[in-house]
Parts: sequence; structure tokens; C-alpha cells
Amino acid sequence: MQNNIKFLSGNEACAEGAFYAGALFYAGYPITPSSEIAQIASERLPAIGGTYVQMEDEIASMAAIIGASCCGVKSFTATSGPGFSLMQENLGVAVMGEVPCVVINVQRSGPSTGLATNPAQADIMQARWGTHGDHSMIALTPSSVQECYEMTIRAFDLSEKYRCPVLVLTDKTVAQMREKVVLYEPGERKLAERKKPSGPAEEYLPYRADDDGIPPMAAFGDKRLLRVTSSTHNEQGFTNDDPGNAYTLIRRLYDKIEDNVDDIAVFKTYLMDDADTAFIAFGITARAALNAVYKLREEGHKVGLIDMSTMWPFPDRKLKEAVSGCRALLVPEMNLGQLVREVNRICCDKEVYSYTKSDGKNIFPAEIIKAWRESL
Amino acid sequence: MTVAVSDYLREDKLPHLWCGGCSHGVVVGAVARALAALEIAPDQTVVTTGIGCFGKADDYIATHALHGTHGRALPFASGVKAAAPHLTVLALMGDGDAATIGGNHLIHAARRNLDITAIVSNNNNYGMTGGQCSATTPAGKRTSTSRYGSPEPDFDLCDLVIGSGGGFVARTTHYHVRAMEKLIAEAISYRGFSFVEVVACCPTYYGRYNREGDAASMVKLIKDRALSKDKYFKLAPDEREDFFPTGKLHVEEKADFTTRYLEVQKKAGGIKAESKEGSR
Ligand SMILES: Cc1ncc(C[n+]2csc(CCOP(=O)(O)OP(=O)(O)O)c2C)c(N)n1
Repeated sequence: MQNNIKFLSGNEACAEGAFYAGALFYAGYPITPSSEIAQIASERLPAIGGTYVQMEDEIASMAAIIGASCCGVKSFTATSGPGFSLMQENLGVAVMGEVPCVVINVQRSGPSTGLATNPAQADIMQARWGTHGDHSMIALTPSSVQECYEMTIRAFDLSEKYRCPVLVLTDKTVAQMREKVVLYEPGERKLAERKKPSGPAEEYLPYRADDDGIPPMAAFGDKRLLRVTSSTHNEQGFTNDDPGNAYTLIRRLYDKIEDNVDDIAVFKTYLMDDADTAFIAFGITARAALNAVYKLREEGHKVGLIDMSTMWPFPDRKLKEAVSGCRALLVPEMNLGQLVREVNRICCDKEVYSYTKSDGKNIFPAEIIKAWRESL
Repeated sequence: MTVAVSDYLREDKLPHLWCGGCSHGVVVGAVARALAALEIAPDQTVVTTGIGCFGKADDYIATHALHGTHGRALPFASGVKAAAPHLTVLALMGDGDAATIGGNHLIHAARRNLDITAIVSNNNNYGMTGGQCSATTPAGKRTSTSRYGSPEPDFDLCDLVIGSGGGFVARTTHYHVRAMEKLIAEAISYRGFSFVEVVACCPTYYGRYNREGDAASMVKLIKDRALSKDKYFKLAPDEREDFFPTGKLHVEEKADFTTRYLEVQKKAGGIKAESKEGSR
């Protein structure tokens, strides 16, 4: 028996992933069904020389992880619906200020307090558009406990690489169910670190991007003075209201993510080679959909699954390609139809069917099969 | 190390954007002189700001800077200080930032006792957005959103912070420039959460709405109302109304968050890297 094989909940796996990625700072405010992550962070971080701070609310939590990350420390927080709403303004600071950090949002029923604390998958549009203004966003959607672990590590990698916040959108079911997880050995997996500046300290410009659109980042306490700002700014990090500068900045912040959609956005395909119908799902619903696929295959139906492991940026081109051989698409999701809007946007030449559920209950394989039979 | 006051200022950014007679520049000058007097290296200093006229202060200070959102300078500063306790961290805030939208963070920062110096330039209104009412606008005073006089009483910021557990709490005015500089230096040297309120003026809005005259007469009004703590507390309570106490109002030694968290790390069996220990 190897000791890197564990039986963990999704929340525990997210925490393990964060520690493996090198996170040394957590600031948060407890909320079900995410609180286990805070509890584990409070216990484990001081044991590895890191810091846990319980803040007065989620506004402060988001601010604190940004402050800590500016010191060069990998930082994260975890929350759920109401807390995620409170984080939106400062999430924008991490976008505009280009501060790497990871936010785990365990989706639960809403709006507002909702069916506290039943599962839902209704925050994917909020994740994309919740903070105001033009921006892109990276959001990963694990559908297993193993993926909670791996995607949290990947979230840190992407945030360091692209200098931006990265969201891990789990759901209450994935977060609290237990499954076998294989953890990496120390050093087994390569980790991304943010690009450090070089050259004379006096010449350092905190927002001068390299050709890849990403500026190297000094840390507070370095000789090179780091200015991080929420305002539209020039390369020095000073407020600047020149329209040309504003557009260049907004474009760069947007393009550094959208132009790299092929690097960032990955999804998993199951039995898609000969499929004439594809189920497109994410999170716990992708697990139900996979079960439905296997059952329908037993009956001889050519059905496949795309598990959207990355929700944002949306993989327009790759998804279109993946379903090119299909006649029909069915999108089951635990909301009133959020993912299906995106699928409709890029696959409008196909028959797109939606199966939605928004009552605090998971979608079961039998429901997907029924929806498939009714729509086709 | 020899440092000059100019090492802390971005003189190329001058003239600043504040109105004539505004107090905010005076406070920035005092911060720069305090840092220079303490010889704290600019690259070992982080200034966080919120949004507002005083939220622009970091533009003129040549240290690391984090310009965040309205009211959140303290939680940004808290993340910095908790993650890198060896750095000197200052949060510069307007009264809206510190006590109105950010009031919850202020009381918790005082209670949590991270070694941060919070400096509030309190001009009794929201300068940036056109002189609206703040939690420090006294009852009955006019602002652009209290044209008939504010129906709400104001906070005494120093009392609020003392009540929340702040270990170093001081008040001065923008007239008392030397005292301000000294108090800010002492606040920075204090280990734990320190708070300096600068009673300031906004001649453009608050002064105009309340017919307090030009900047010079507003300064005089503030100066005449400011009493040393000793003088103030010698007055009978019913004689105090027109005055406010200045100086160090409360100083108490207590373990700061970093000291306490080192204990947590020890209990947890964690080792703390050298560089992360408080160096002061
Ligand atoms: C969340 C949010 N609400 C409102 C505003 C608008 N706003 C910007 S500055 C400000 C008030 C600033 O007042 P204060 O903090 O007292 O600083 P001063 O301008 O007087 O120096 C307000 C209300 C904002 N930027 N963000």
C-alpha cells in the first residue's frame, strides 16, 4: 500500500493541492460547504511555516490574499455563494493589478442564502462576469476528488504563469464526497512560478509586459519597487486616463488569457470517436452523464461525453472540433441553463438540448437518459 | 544607511492633484519625514491605500504600494503584514475609507493587532466624490448629501479604535505638523496596530457647505479646537464640547499578531524562516 494513496473529500483534496502547489497563505471567512478548506489550512499552514488568518468577511479575505501574494507568497481562499458574491470587487483588483491568487468557490444553491446548503452549479456565469468591467477569467471545474487535487495545483500554476486570479469552481457534492486520490510525491510534478524581473532596480516597470503579454513581477520587500493598483494605469503603475493607454491595457489583460485559450482550456472526452450525440457537462453532473453514456452504449447508442474541466476561458474552437461529428448535443446542468448558452453560441449548427435542474438536488443518470430519449 | 526625506517622495509627480488648502499633502510630507527619521528603507516599506482623495497618497510616496478598493486599505495591509512581517506596513486612508465603508475592517484590525500603522486624514466628508456625508461628519453639519444638516451623529475615531483594542492611538491636526511627524514616527515604531488620526480640512466641500471660510480660517478653527490631552481632560465634561483632545490618547504594550502567530507555528511544529521574523 503506497502512502500517497488517500481517501479524501473534494475539499480536502483542494487543500492538499494548494499545499503541494506551494501555497503558504490562506485568508478566509468560513462558509458551508467550503469550511473544511479553512479548517485544514488553519491546522496545516502554521506547521509548514505558512500563515492562516481568519478575516472579518470575504471582502477582507480577498484583499488579504492579494496583499500576501504581492509579497511573493502563493495565496488562496475558499468560499461559497454568498462569500463569492462579496469577493467580486476585490477579485477585480487581482485582475487589474495582475496579482496571482487562487479562489475556490464551492457552489451551493442560491440566489442569496438559497437552499443552504444544497448543491448547485449556478455560479459559472458569475465566475465569468461577476466582477465589473471588461475582463477575462480562468475557472476550472473538477468533477472528481482526484481532479479537485490536480486542478487546484493547476490553478496555482495558471495564476502564476498568467499573473491573474484563478477560480476553482467545485460544487457541494464534489467538495464533500470522498474518493480515492493519488497524491504526487514531493518534487514529482513541476510547478509554475511567477516570472521575476531582471535588470537594474531603478529601471523596473511593474506593468511593462514581455512579448507574451505578461509583466515580470517583483515582490514587496525587493529592491525593485512594486506598485500594484486597481486603477487603469501606465507601465509604472500610476493612474493614467489616456484612452489609448486604457485600451491597450484592457486588451492586454484580456488577450493574455483569451489568446492562450488552447494552453489553458482543456476538457476530457469519453467515447466521442463515433458519437452522434454528445453530452456536455461539468462537475458532479459530468459524473452522472458519464454513467448515462455507459448505460446508453450498452443499448448500442452512439453517445459520448465532454467533461468541461475548464469553464473559462471557453474553448470555442476545440469544443466545436470535438463535437464536429455529432448531430445533437445535450447539456445537463444544475442551474436554469448557463453552460448551454455557451454551447448554443458556438454550436448553433447542431441540435442543442438543455436539461436543467435547480432544486438543490443532483442530476441522476436516469434523468439524463430520459432527457436524451425525450429530446431525440 | 543615509536616507533623505526626498528618497521617500516621488518629486517627479509634483505638483500633486489635491486642491489648494487640502490637508492630504501635509500628511504625506509628515509620513515621508517620519520614515526618513526612522531610516526605514523605502524598499522595506509598503503603503496601502483605498479610494478617495487621500487614496491617491501612494502616488507621491516612493515605497512599494498597493492601491486597492474603497475602504479596504486595511485588509490589503493585513495580508501584506501577515505574509511578510519583516516589512513596515502603512495604511493611508480617508475617513470614508477608514471608518465608513471600511469601519468593520478598522475595528478588526485594531483587535487583530497586526503591526500596521493606520493613518487617517479625516476631513469629515467624501472629498473625492463631491463632499458627501461620512461617518465622521458631525451631526447637524451640511454636506452635499445632508443639505439640512446631518441627522446622524459622528464617530470619535480614536475612541472607536481604543474600544476595539488598538494599542497605540493618537490624534493630531494638520496644523500641528511637527507633532504629526513625531506621532507618526512613534506609531510606526510601536509594535502592534497603531492609529493616528489627523484632523484635516476640505475647504472645497465641507468648508464651503458649512461656511467655515477659506483654508486658513479652517486651519485656525481646527487649531483652536485642538487641546492637548492633559488640558482637555482637565476641563469639566460640559466644557469639552467645542474641543477635542490631541496627542497620544492611549498606549499599551501587548503581543502583536506576529508574536502570537509564532507561538501558533511552534505549537503546530512549523519552522519559521529567519527572514519572516519580525526584525524590529
Ligand atoms: C465600493 C465603492 N463605493 C463607492 C465608491 C465611490 N467613492 C470613491 S472615493 C469615495 C469617498 C472618499 O472619501 P474619503 O475616504 O473620506 O477620502 P477623501 O476623498 O475625503 O480624501 C467614494 C464614496 C467607490 N470607489 N467604491
